[in-house]
Amino acid sequence: MSRAVRFAPLALLLLVTAGLIWRLATPADTTVRSNLEGQPMPAFALPPALSSKPGLASADLSTGQPRLVNVFASWCIPCITEVKVLQQLQARGVRIDGIAIRDRGEDIAAFLQRYGDPYQRIGSDAQSTTQIALGSSGVPESFIVDGTGVIRYQHVGPIEAADVPKIVRELEKAR
Amino acid sequence: MKRLAIALILLFAQPVLADSNMPPAYWANRQLPDAGQEARAQGLMAELRCVVCQGQSIADSDAELAGDMRDLVRRRIAAGEKPSDIRAWLVQRYGSWVSYRPTDEPAAWPLWLAPIALLGAGGLLLRKRIRLDGGD
Repeated sequence: MSRAVRFAPLALLLLVTAGLIWRLATPADTTVRSNLEGQPMPAFALPPALSSKPGLASADLSTGQPRLVNVFASWCIPCITEVKVLQQLQARGVRIDGIAIRDRGEDIAAFLQRYGDPYQRIGSDAQSTTQIALGSSGVPESFIVDGTGVIRYQHVGPIEAADVPKIVRELEKAR
Repeated sequence: MKRLAIALILLFAQPVLADSNMPPAYWANRQLPDAGQEARAQGLMAELRCVVCQGQSIADSDAELAGDMRDLVRRRIAAGEKPSDIRAWLVQRYGSWVSYRPTDEPAAWPLWLAPIALLGAGGLLLRKRIRLDGGD
């Protein structure tokens, strides 16, 4: 047996060990992203979550102007900090609609009264059906939809103050 | 006194839940009345990845979203949809990552070729050995 072949198992072992160390040092990104960026919004029609606001249907999103669709819930803690940033965006003229996941009208009303209300429309997604159709894996998540109803950008997790410039840029791009 | 206060506080402490207070979806934990349909649903659910607790299938996961996905799978199977169509619908949304069944995409080729390559290498090694032994 040649010398090279004799050392092959050792080389293999070193290679595998190097791979394991690399993956331990830089863990893989486990964020679940939607595959629908660049695709039209899937068709949905959600009933109103509150008596005071209309529900949300995919047809409401092709208005000629970009919109931000925020997937949220009153029971979601990060949504509390996010809703304040959304109000800043709303003050800058961003049109925001909400999809409330597994929620009750009275809980959403209390949430909005306590933390503020940036939403024009809120659809109630009682069994996450629309959330799954969007390829969304949790709350909060946001989708930027252009004027023709095509999803241009997905933001996973709460939109924080530091994310505002990025969101504004993506909204500009969707114009 | 301080200890008692802490003990009392702990007694009434509640874990913070990252879940809604809503009941699970109707078909989340209920079998379909038709045994054949239920078997098809089970087969598919065991091969779909939970997007919350990644690494578990939606059949195994207790996450609410997994329950809602089981409800979606059972509803669609009961409506006569084929498991492969439901899988394709989910893959379109979450990527091939959501399905545990290996695909025939180029990214999965090494997976299919590895057994053949390893068997070939093993055979080669064995032939070399046998020839050496025979030469003695």
